[in-house]
Amino acid sequence: MLTLDAKLPQGPIEDMWTNHKDQLRLVGPNNRHKYKVLVIGSGLAGASSAASMGAMGYNVECFCFQDSPRRAHSIAAQGGINAAKNYRNDGDSTWRLFTDTQKGGDFRAREENVYRLAELSTSIIDQCVAQGVPFAREYGGKLANRSFGGVLVERTFYCRGETGQQLLLGAYSALEEQIAKKNVKMHTRTELLDYVIVDGNVRGIITRDMITGKLERHSADAVVLATGGYGNVYYLSTNAKGCNVTANFRAYRRGAGFANPCFTQIHPTSIPASGDYQSKLTLMSESLRNDGRIWVPRDPDEKRAPTDIPEAERYYYLEERYPRFGNLVPRDVAARNAKDVCDQGLGVGPTGYGVYLDFGSAIQEKGVDAVKSKYSNLFEMYERITDDDPTKTPMRIYPAVHYTMGGLWVDYNLMTNIPGLYAAGEANFADHGANRLGASSLMQCLADGYFVVPVTIGDYLSRQTPGEIDTTHDQFGAVEQECRDHINKLTSINGTRSSQDFHRELGKIMWEHCGISRSKESLEEGLRKIPELRDQFWSDLKLPGGASELNQSLEHAGRVVDFLDFGELMCRDALAREESCGCHLREEYQTEENEAKRNDEDFAFVSVFEYKGEGVEPELNKEPLEFNAFPLATRNYKS
Amino acid sequence: MKIRLHVWRQESTDKKGKMESYDLDNVLPDMSFLEMMDVLNEKLTVEGKSPVAFDHDCREGVCGMCSMVINGQAHGPKATTTTCQLYMRHFKDGAEIYVEPFRSGAFPVLQDLMVDRSAFDRIIQAGGYISNHSGPKPDPNSIPIEPGVQETSLDAASCIGCGACVAACPNGSASLFTSAKISHLGMLPQGQPERYERVGAMVDQMEGEGFGSCRNYAECEAQCPKGISIAFIGRMNADYLKATLVEPVDGRGKMHAQ
Repeated sequence: MLTLDAKLPQGPIEDMWTNHKDQLRLVGPNNRHKYKVLVIGSGLAGASSAASMGAMGYNVECFCFQDSPRRAHSIAAQGGINAAKNYRNDGDSTWRLFTDTQKGGDFRAREENVYRLAELSTSIIDQCVAQGVPFAREYGGKLANRSFGGVLVERTFYCRGETGQQLLLGAYSALEEQIAKKNVKMHTRTELLDYVIVDGNVRGIITRDMITGKLERHSADAVVLATGGYGNVYYLSTNAKGCNVTANFRAYRRGAGFANPCFTQIHPTSIPASGDYQSKLTLMSESLRNDGRIWVPRDPDEKRAPTDIPEAERYYYLEERYPRFGNLVPRDVAARNAKDVCDQGLGVGPTGYGVYLDFGSAIQEKGVDAVKSKYSNLFEMYERITDDDPTKTPMRIYPAVHYTMGGLWVDYNLMTNIPGLYAAGEANFADHGANRLGASSLMQCLADGYFVVPVTIGDYLSRQTPGEIDTTHDQFGAVEQECRDHINKLTSINGTRSSQDFHRELGKIMWEHCGISRSKESLEEGLRKIPELRDQFWSDLKLPGGASELNQSLEHAGRVVDFLDFGELMCRDALAREESCGCHLREEYQTEENEAKRNDEDFAFVSVFEYKGEGVEPELNKEPLEFNAFPLATRNYKS
Repeated sequence: MKIRLHVWRQESTDKKGKMESYDLDNVLPDMSFLEMMDVLNEKLTVEGKSPVAFDHDCREGVCGMCSMVINGQAHGPKATTTTCQLYMRHFKDGAEIYVEPFRSGAFPVLQDLMVDRSAFDRIIQAGGYISNHSGPKPDPNSIPIEPGVQETSLDAASCIGCGACVAACPNGSASLFTSAKISHLGMLPQGQPERYERVGAMVDQMEGEGFGSCRNYAECEAQCPKGISIAFIGRMNADYLKATLVEPVDGRGKMHAQ
């Protein structure tokens, strides 16, 4: 049984963060350099927290698996970042951003954390502009805003379609400044393999140098995980190829609670896979659904080009099934229906898993130029990938895994239940409940990294003697040996199938059994299939190359090991949550309109899984959620 | 389609490398270039041979990790396109394709097609930032920025730091990369206090890393996947010149602890 004390401050929600900061213990500037903090990951949350703590004077070391901290996948976020600045005078406020996020998350997040996120949102914009992030400006030189899904105000700040890139470059430059000033030491091309826990506290990590293959010990007074999400458990997702669950899953195996692992956001409009060789999916902005009509041929044996299929033989399934909302039904409904028609054999494209998004009607009505100008960069991106011109033939789209709301359980200080181990950004579970609103992930990463972790970590460190345990401690030797054994086990299987091949198969199982919609029956089947696949992996893996050299196959195989175990945990969580909420749709629990049907009486809690050992079923712990500031309400975007 | 690949194979930095040839029979036009490389690697893996090491991550053209010289051009034949956004339909059936790493003295090969681009990080460390702590800052609207200035600054900031400019340049110059960051920050009001110190330090670091100097070949702009303009190099040179003319040292001297 885990002790899940969220350490929530007292008082009204508006004053909690201020009061809490006033109560936290601090480490004085003269003592900070004595404390070593390791930051794992260099994306928005990692780079911002490493830079902030470095500037404060802590002895920081930061790790990333890429060749430079600037490559982290935060860079790929397109749309924007929310902040309750209310520059547009349209009624926005911290309260509104808080309630929008809570509603969007379908009330499965801890409201105190969500309020703090909304409260910090405005400082993020100030911080980023001071770093030189070139946000869009209006003619008068003031910051511009746009609107995003699920809200009624304009609060999103943006840099063209590359907001994530510019924010990450801001955090990266702040990090490089601290590296130059020798406050932060950077370890690139280095992967975390495991943690060293002594007397319950995290005291260091074991890493692998990805160039030489050398295992290294790093002692620390605290460790911050900013290791992102685990969408790649599905093999195909919009995540970068390197994104993985290893750091988070290894923390779970060492005793950290894993919260809500099954909460996965699936985006309805991505470019579909074109074959088995497909390596990743690319998102197309949802805004396309404003002018595009979604359809599939009525005849499963249809062979004609889409433009030759007469109107009567087209099945505009969203318009027929949801006459009031048509093509603009919520994300999850659009995604589920696309899967449904494809499962019926009506899908289009070489794999049969795609539907048409047709701009023909809009072009007829408004003219090709008007439509083209509205979506020019998206059309161009689509044509680059598919070689089809969307003004001449319909686009093909299909849902894709995009973001994972679940993550390591953390308290209000963003510390996991392992003392000294923190989790920030997508790696934790804290702020988005069962569904994340657009333009909120960047906000959360930077709130955690610039403003929360650098402050709360002092409270923990001030109670520790710096450098108490160094790398000569027995536990370092023991864990390093475990890592070595693990690698040797992988390299000595000598089977016939590549790790890519296993990963692909796992992805298919996860998509089929724990994807857009889930049911008891199919989850149970998933739970049968995954262990079978895992057995095959451990007996039939073909892994070229050795352990003491640059070996990309070994890196990948190591990540697949953890994905295989983690996929099982996701299915377990999805099975245990006998309700639908946000992105988690259990077929047994839905409204007549196919909307998620929440069960607040029995499931208003965070599911926190506790590792119990190899081959032993994990224990489900529950952190009850209370909604005092903003009472529970049913999600309704329809009226 | 069928293709014949000639790929640079090099075990490690200190070993000699050479081109090796591979035939692939089942390449589909809709495969991305890296997916074709994945197919090659799976084939090599199953055959018990060593797969080709190459850098890649986001595969949507923004992380800057992928880095191949394809048929003599950085990121291949298609303009403003990274390697990961290149598709096999851009090649003819039966094509011979030459794949090499981003070559430059300042980018040592680590293995096969992977190079060490940490020199770029060190150029940024020399001054590619606006000094800051995290904490309360003035409201951004208190310092208006002309949208034209902001847009041009963003044009420069769009650099993904891939290093194609270096690989493309006959002189191995990193001027496009360096000037993009100098211009991004130097054009904004926030970047003014450190503007001249920055340009001096970053240019000196660039030269110290062993990159060649700019000779106006303009190959960098032609092969840059983000289409960054060489106008920024001119801007950098102008700022560098100004930096040597303005008083280079803070008149008060550096502050030291008493």
